[in-house]
Amino acid sequence: MVKQESESANRPDNTAFTQQRLPAWQPILSAGIVIPGFVLIGLAFIGIGVALLVTSRSIQVLELDYTGDSNGSPCSSCSQSDIANCKCSLNFTLTTLFQGPVFFYYGLSNYFQNYRRYGASKDDNQLYGDLSSFTSPSSSCSPYNYDSSKKPIVPCGSIANSMFNDTFTLTRTVSGTTNNVTLDGKGIAWWTDYNIKYRNPSVTPLKNAFNGTVKPINWAKPAYELDASDRSNNGFVNQDFLVWMRRAALPNFRKLYRRIDASGDYQKGLPAGNYTIDITYNYPVRAFNGAKKIVFSNVSWMGGSNEFLGIAYLVIGSLCVVMSVVMLIVYAKFKFPDEE
Amino acid sequence: MTWRSPLALVRDALRGQRARENELRSLESNLPYEGLEKGKQPNRYFPSNAIKTTKYSLLFFIPMNLYEQFHRLANLYFVGLVILNFIPEVNAFQPEIALIPICVILSLTAMKDAWEDFRRYQSDRKLNNMPCFIYSRKEKQFVERHWKDVRVGDFVKVVCNEIIPADLLLLYTSDPNGVCHIETANLDGETNLKQRTAHPEFEPESFNGILVCEKPNNNLNHFKGYVEKPDKQKVGAGIESLLLRGCTVRNTDHAVGFVVYAGRETKSMLNNSGPRYKRSKLERRLNIDVLFCVILLFTMCLIGALGHYLWLNAMPVVPPYLVPPTSGQLDRPSLTSFYMFFTMIILLQILIPISLYVSIELVKIGQIFFITNDIDLYDEETDSRIQCKALNITEDLGQIEYIFSDKTGTLTENKMVFRRCSIMGTEYPHKENAINLLIKETEVVPDGKLFQKISRTSSGSLSHSQKTDAYLDFFLALAICNTVVVSMATTKRRRVSRHRTFTEDSEENFQPSGQTEGVDTTGLQPCSPHPPSLSDEPALTSDNLRYEAESPDEAALVYAAKAYGFTLLSRTPDSVSVRLPSGEVLDFEVLDTLTFDSNRKRMSVLVRHPITKEYVLYTKGADFAIMELLGTPYPGNGNKKNIATVTQRHLDCYAKEGLRTLCIAKKVQNHTLSYLPNAMAAIENRERLVMDTAVQLEKNLTLLGATGIEDRLQENVPDTIQALREAGIKVWVLTGDKPETAVNIGYACGLLEDEDLVINMGCKDKITCTNILDCTLEEVRRYNADPRNVDTTQNMSLVIDGLTLDKALSPDLLDRFVALVKHCRAVLCCRVTPLQKSRVVKVIREKLKVMTLAVGDGANDVNMIQAADIGIGISGQEGMQAVMASDFAISHFKHLKKLLLVHGHWCYTRLANMIIYFFYKNVAYVNLLFWYQFFCGFSATAMIDYWLMIFFNLFFTSVPPIMFGLMDKDISAEMLLGVPELYKTGQGEGDYRFTTFWVSILDAFYQSLVCFFVPYFVYQDSDIDMFTFGTPMNTSALFIILMHLSIEIKSWTVVHWIIMLGSVALYFIVTLAYSAVCVTCNPPSNPYWILQSQMEDPMFYLICILSTVVALLPRYRVCHSLSSVGLKIFNCPEFWGSRQCYFSLMLPFS
Repeated sequence: MVKQESESANRPDNTAFTQQRLPAWQPILSAGIVIPGFVLIGLAFIGIGVALLVTSRSIQVLELDYTGDSNGSPCSSCSQSDIANCKCSLNFTLTTLFQGPVFFYYGLSNYFQNYRRYGASKDDNQLYGDLSSFTSPSSSCSPYNYDSSKKPIVPCGSIANSMFNDTFTLTRTVSGTTNNVTLDGKGIAWWTDYNIKYRNPSVTPLKNAFNGTVKPINWAKPAYELDASDRSNNGFVNQDFLVWMRRAALPNFRKLYRRIDASGDYQKGLPAGNYTIDITYNYPVRAFNGAKKIVFSNVSWMGGSNEFLGIAYLVIGSLCVVMSVVMLIVYAKFKFPDEE
Repeated sequence: MTWRSPLALVRDALRGQRARENELRSLESNLPYEGLEKGKQPNRYFPSNAIKTTKYSLLFFIPMNLYEQFHRLANLYFVGLVILNFIPEVNAFQPEIALIPICVILSLTAMKDAWEDFRRYQSDRKLNNMPCFIYSRKEKQFVERHWKDVRVGDFVKVVCNEIIPADLLLLYTSDPNGVCHIETANLDGETNLKQRTAHPEFEPESFNGILVCEKPNNNLNHFKGYVEKPDKQKVGAGIESLLLRGCTVRNTDHAVGFVVYAGRETKSMLNNSGPRYKRSKLERRLNIDVLFCVILLFTMCLIGALGHYLWLNAMPVVPPYLVPPTSGQLDRPSLTSFYMFFTMIILLQILIPISLYVSIELVKIGQIFFITNDIDLYDEETDSRIQCKALNITEDLGQIEYIFSDKTGTLTENKMVFRRCSIMGTEYPHKENAINLLIKETEVVPDGKLFQKISRTSSGSLSHSQKTDAYLDFFLALAICNTVVVSMATTKRRRVSRHRTFTEDSEENFQPSGQTEGVDTTGLQPCSPHPPSLSDEPALTSDNLRYEAESPDEAALVYAAKAYGFTLLSRTPDSVSVRLPSGEVLDFEVLDTLTFDSNRKRMSVLVRHPITKEYVLYTKGADFAIMELLGTPYPGNGNKKNIATVTQRHLDCYAKEGLRTLCIAKKVQNHTLSYLPNAMAAIENRERLVMDTAVQLEKNLTLLGATGIEDRLQENVPDTIQALREAGIKVWVLTGDKPETAVNIGYACGLLEDEDLVINMGCKDKITCTNILDCTLEEVRRYNADPRNVDTTQNMSLVIDGLTLDKALSPDLLDRFVALVKHCRAVLCCRVTPLQKSRVVKVIREKLKVMTLAVGDGANDVNMIQAADIGIGISGQEGMQAVMASDFAISHFKHLKKLLLVHGHWCYTRLANMIIYFFYKNVAYVNLLFWYQFFCGFSATAMIDYWLMIFFNLFFTSVPPIMFGLMDKDISAEMLLGVPELYKTGQGEGDYRFTTFWVSILDAFYQSLVCFFVPYFVYQDSDIDMFTFGTPMNTSALFIILMHLSIEIKSWTVVHWIIMLGSVALYFIVTLAYSAVCVTCNPPSNPYWILQSQMEDPMFYLICILSTVVALLPRYRVCHSLSSVGLKIFNCPEFWGSRQCYFSLMLPFS
């Protein structure tokens, strides 16, 4: 209640901030700036669009559906039976060299890996090699955490359980002889998945870590026996497993299966000729109107083939240029009298 | 403490309740009961003097604060959502995360509340522990205690410059006349000293009477009570002997009082009603839009649930990706989709912006900071800034359509300057005062002719001419007939350091006042009472006298008398001394003072002339209040009746000039009236008895003359009114003055113009009133129907008086009256009561559905200020009651211009744009998730990490809109002041329109479509994984949302750049850090190393650029074409203020 004796104790500070007089820049959008700006942006966009389109056009893509919907297709018999490891084969002919490096994908359609509860159905700690999660998997894996005899499932959850299990071999027929094309399965998964996010428990042999657990219901082999040819490619760091566990964003997707090993005849890619893909057909998709396919593709700096982005850039770029022309006409015609 | 039965406790509590509720209270002294237990104390039912203004207690803070916060519907909604998260069927992952935003919001608000409450607690504690002196019977002296120890019935001593701890009945003062001066500035802001008198019949030590007083009330100017002595004699006590808590003792060495009300029952605490809560118009609109958002949310969730149902139904078998629940059996699709509805609500909940309410509050605090810090609204003279009392209606300042203004003290300065006078029918124009506009009210230049006349009369033989000469009588009346307190200009209100040396020796002063009378103690006392009444002290020149009057008119008259040599030297309740021009000092014995009241409209002082020993009654008052009481004409004047008529003519002339008029009259009485003290003792109908006494005394008066006092217009009033008008605001003046004065002021301040058609409505009965209304309305209709008058509007103004207003506001005429005033450019209501003022405001506000602002400075404006959407108080001469009731308090009327035109406009556009932006931002972001539902089987999957989604709203995009709401300047202050028409953009619907809202929502839909489908088409059929797919979307959403704001921001300062770039930087830093750290931390999402890998991919940048450009191109185009047309006209300073400029400016916007 003691009053300030000083004369103007209440006087507000006369600073630019309190008086709202901070030096301000007002973006003045005069025709002299906007029209050249639009032209520049338009031209830049057209340039990017052309580059994208040219790159995209140079990428070769070969898609082969093997679902076996129609009766005439090679895998129709397999698709209708429930026999495990049903074999069918697919022939195709390349007339020109398929430029390397060539990537070998399998594709699924109408398959919702992004389904909410599907996505949650895994145990990250288990997959990180945490042994305590081996004996008691997270409830998020339910109902795929314990089998009917209450034994824990490792790896648990729906994603692992539904892992894609068709296998492919690629052969090339040159003048009657059939040669296997070497497929490279190393490094097809994310580096971070392989090295950091997924780990096998540090138990040797790996098999011992899985004592007292059971394999996922749909799996033919337990996790530690996924790749018989390469011991280090087993357990949770199996490349195919890692690729599958990284859920696709959209219901129609492809996943990397193998790379064509760039050696010998295949140094420059797949040479022209006749090829056969031998398929071990296991994964049922027809029941839910899904489709399966095999895709060969090479990649560029922009990834796979995609024309959309190039076209979009071209359209927007041209739109900008057109707009600036229109603006120019408008300003030339309706110039304000006081602007001379 | 003895044990007491619960029954007794209940009985005691009930009795206490009854004692507190009783209309009359009987209080007795605590002294005989000193040291006894509490149950025996006579005044135990009444609260102690300790106050508690805190809202919460330490123990119950959390529950009480939560209860308080859940009064806000939005908070309940958010808590409902959180609870929904914990229902297992809804399948929310990590329901704990959903708790975070609401917890942050609630704890932020709680922290703010706790801090405010703690400050209240601290100030309470400080107050409660202030020292004071309470009389103790045991120690036979006053002992130092704390304020909180004061109880009703105690005797408390207060010393000079100390604050009074409770409401005290004054029993004794150190002043020989039993006077105590108090300053009530803490209570009502009035800085003049007020006199309180100790009743001589009270004897403090042996006080054994019973004080009967009324129930506590908040009326600061009213108290009724009496002391019943053991012998059943009743002595009345009124407000003039009550010292109020919070006031400061001045000019009095010490005083002793009996505690009547303590603590929360004191008048000052009862007047302290805390901050006001008003809801702004924008906020009401906002709630409707929140409702729309809720509907939108439910629609989207319904679509999701329906889609999920159809999707499930279309499924021929159970595919491997469809996870059955634990039971192993899939639920029926209908049930699953029912649950899905709620899951969707959780996913899309941020559509209702949780941070909006907090942001609005933050922005309003900032806006208030800027308003109170505006140096243009600071008044050097009183060293006061603008005060914002209502914290949440700043944006209403930008939407005002009607201003209701008081006249006196609001438009005018209420600094009265003596301008003219008429004595015995002769007019003295005082030309010098008219010319010299800069003089203060304390300096009056005497009229030469009059001055000569006075000096001639007074230089002659003294005593005889004095008592007969009307001129001397006139000035004596000016000097005597008032309640002015005299203080020395130099010694005035010395702020002596607290001297607390009171011990036994001060005890001797504690005696009935009569005994010290002879001793001149003035020289000894450290804090002297008002200047010594004896004029023989040489130091006392008339220059260092200061007059402190309750109304400025009185002071003006006393200063005028002083200018002519009639100097009021001192005033005590019993005597007045006046020095005459000749140097002789006359001491008048004051027998009675009949103070001014609004019914009588006059005041009188009954004195005994020291020389003639006659009883003389001096009366001054409003002309009609005096003229009807005139009886005997002045002796020795021939043309008797003429003086009254001539004076009346002069009065009319004064009124035309806009002067305030007063008539001065006297009456010589041969006997004094003895029944007056009895009237004072009655508690019940004292007012009526005083009135009766007055009626008996004030009759047969002799007219001496009249005065004209000028109340100058405040600085820049015409300019301000002109600007407000150009801004499309209608200004009404509501005043208690008479129509002539009001009309004159109206012309002077530019409210009325010469070519205006002024309708003067003053009618005695309802029929004439109806006729006038009908005729005028008909005329207006005819005028508007006339094709010649299409472009011109008739400038019509209405002047209406209180009586007519009453009739016009009656239910059957109300609609016609409102229809008429709608056409009026200005309305002046004269002779209106405070209630009528508020009635007018309410009627206009409700009938026309407009935003109203009332501005006033006096207690009579309080009703009006409270009735309007915004009440503005002017802290001026008439005390602080208006300021206390107001939402904003300014010191000059001219401040209104910047407050409304600049701050009002800014606050409104800033807040409106910010709110719209908030809705846009949330809708745009949430829709990204919504579009994704079409590609994930409507399963409520999010392709953006949950934490990042929360961060996005909480950190990355929350600061820029707040900055936008605080600092954006769509138009510069100079432009807003120069072109008041720009204010019109905020009126009525304003910027925040239905269409603006929906255009923004549609834009949000469009932008989210772009932001989703550009990445979608790029990554279609590829091996992209979910969270990699979401990353470019999240990033481009950030760019789009921030760039959208950049388009909206009209001026960029350093702060803008820092915050905008900082937000982008924060996004990348936080997201990169999060994706580097979080390996398995947030299942099922998988943010690990995703942004890093994306940032190595050129496609990421190409997608972000394309999405941003495509999303913002339409808005940029529209804004650009608007501003490029608009800016051209903005940049034409030579056209500022011209109407053409304004119209061409507005065209592109419409």
